[in-house]
Amino acid sequence: MAHRLEKRVLLEHAEDPALRTLEGYRRLAGGYETLERSYKDLEQDEVLKELEDSGLRGRGGAGFAMGKKASFLPRGDMAKYLGCNADESEPGAFKDRELMQRNPHQLIEGIAIAALAADAGHAFIFIRGEYAAQADILDQAVAEAYEAGYLGTNILGCHRDLELVVHRGAGAYICGEETALLDALEGKRGNPRLKPPFPAVQGLYGGPTLINNVETLSNVPHIVRKGAEWFKGFGTEQSPGTKVVSISGGVKRPGNYEVELGIPTRELIYDLAGGPQEGHEIKAFFPGGSSSPVLKAEEGLDLPYSFEAMAEAGSMLGSGSIIVCDDRVSIPHLALRTARFYHHESCGKCAPCREGTNWTVKMLERMVRGEATPLDLDIVSSVQQNIIGHCLCVLGDSMAMPVGAMVRKFREEFEAVMENPELVLDPHAVVQGAPETLGAQV
Amino acid sequence: MNPETERGFDAPNEHHLPVDPSVSRGRVPDRAEEEIPELHEVDCPPELQERIETLMGRYPDRRSASIPALWAVQERYGWCTPEGIRQAAAVMRVTPAYLESVASFYDLLHTKPVGRHRIEVCTNISCWMRGGDRLLDAFKAAADGDEDFWVTGFECLGACDIAPMASINQRYYGPLEAAEAGTAIEQLRGEAEVLPEKALAKRGLAGDS
Repeated sequence: MAHRLEKRVLLEHAEDPALRTLEGYRRLAGGYETLERSYKDLEQDEVLKELEDSGLRGRGGAGFAMGKKASFLPRGDMAKYLGCNADESEPGAFKDRELMQRNPHQLIEGIAIAALAADAGHAFIFIRGEYAAQADILDQAVAEAYEAGYLGTNILGCHRDLELVVHRGAGAYICGEETALLDALEGKRGNPRLKPPFPAVQGLYGGPTLINNVETLSNVPHIVRKGAEWFKGFGTEQSPGTKVVSISGGVKRPGNYEVELGIPTRELIYDLAGGPQEGHEIKAFFPGGSSSPVLKAEEGLDLPYSFEAMAEAGSMLGSGSIIVCDDRVSIPHLALRTARFYHHESCGKCAPCREGTNWTVKMLERMVRGEATPLDLDIVSSVQQNIIGHCLCVLGDSMAMPVGAMVRKFREEFEAVMENPELVLDPHAVVQGAPETLGAQV
Repeated sequence: MNPETERGFDAPNEHHLPVDPSVSRGRVPDRAEEEIPELHEVDCPPELQERIETLMGRYPDRRSASIPALWAVQERYGWCTPEGIRQAAAVMRVTPAYLESVASFYDLLHTKPVGRHRIEVCTNISCWMRGGDRLLDAFKAAADGDEDFWVTGFECLGACDIAPMASINQRYYGPLEAAEAGTAIEQLRGEAEVLPEKALAKRGLAGDS
């Protein structure tokens, strides 16, 4: 049984392994009925209108209105494409993995209906290479859908075609950036492109392309089936619907929980995820994956969990992934871990990101080794400010925002580590991670 | 002379999807015609050739198959060997340098030899907080230089719910105790099922517990 605070729409019946099969999806969830109705009875504009009216916001990180994005695609006979972004690589995020693993047909049905709205004839699921088990499940589900006539040529006799390819990436965070994803799909190194032109106008192979996240597309069958008004019955005015929230770090029950947007963050962390371990308290948390500026417990726990509330608090909902840091976590070490990730994943195309992530890591390493001076803290802050908004994509910003917030909000902790290098007991701290006294072994 | 490369772009393939050449970006991987190996020069195994050709047929532009083709090469040879890359390049009609540039961009494609069993231990934030570094050390110690094993720390694998975790031969396991690293290595050596009770595939939904 789901917890009373959960509201399962996307994860309904997800506990049943039969849901993975086409037969089970039909039996348990009325699967593909909406696809059938859409293809047989609905016009492109009707589907598009339902999606626009629903106010569904993208679940991949940016939170852009999905229906509006779809409406940006030009009309005409040119080949159009649909890309499903399943490259979930943001530290803290693991909701798409759950959705693909437990309910692959929901995603396929969503893609087919969204393809109708975008008039796309060719769709791709770009799944990160690490998710091999989930890609196998998708391969099987796609084969079943072809077999049943929900994909392929002349779908259900409606004179519409849709080819769907599961494309496995090979390990690169940057491919989750939509234009890098396009380059990777075209068979190149995953470097982001200059925008504009935006993918909706000129995307894959130069054609108009709609790119949406797994969770966004998984919402589509439900919205078209039950209507925009039903969807708006959940969540807040600016953040309608439910959200699968990934909660991890220093909590008792990490995992994915589907809730209405706008529920108090405290309920998510304490009631659903069980709160911090015995004898510990929450110090801070990332509300939307590692790229969201950290919030101190006292400033964030009582906020509603919605796009607008998190933005107002100077952070963001992002992909909806909460990473909880309890009182054992050393913030300077946390900043270093975060910076290292982005340094490793920077594609190297833009100097502010390539150099900025590199030097941020070096300066943070000096700090945790006790070799830094107070001036270094100001330099770190100014480097972060000089990255934001100066690159082709937001990878650099994704490091600069959380690291900048950590230095700003926990400055005294950085100073303490810098002034008392003896606090760092483990000389290999930088290589081996945080030492016992400062780091965290939850 | 290949008529396709003469025109500088692909002719519509069997899907009859037009590919607009005017907006093609980046380097053109098949411009240096003389560097593209001929099939008879590379001794490509027929199964590999067939596999790559099938992959190319899935895309409106055959070059989209470069990552899947490199996966196929890696599956066949254990890593992306220079010979394997030349074979894939000959089948795809692109330069080997182009495929190499792609292979070297991605963490999961190996341009140097790696062990038969691949163990990636997540050391990113959520796993780090729960002892990911120790787990990595334990795996390294348990594998102890055995060339059959390739153990590495890895960035977030998208399984923070089972932190600390590892991906062993492309399947996820967690949450793992450091002591379980040795068990897993022994199970791999004995060709036994790896840590069955810790497999992600067998976990229920968090909210149901």
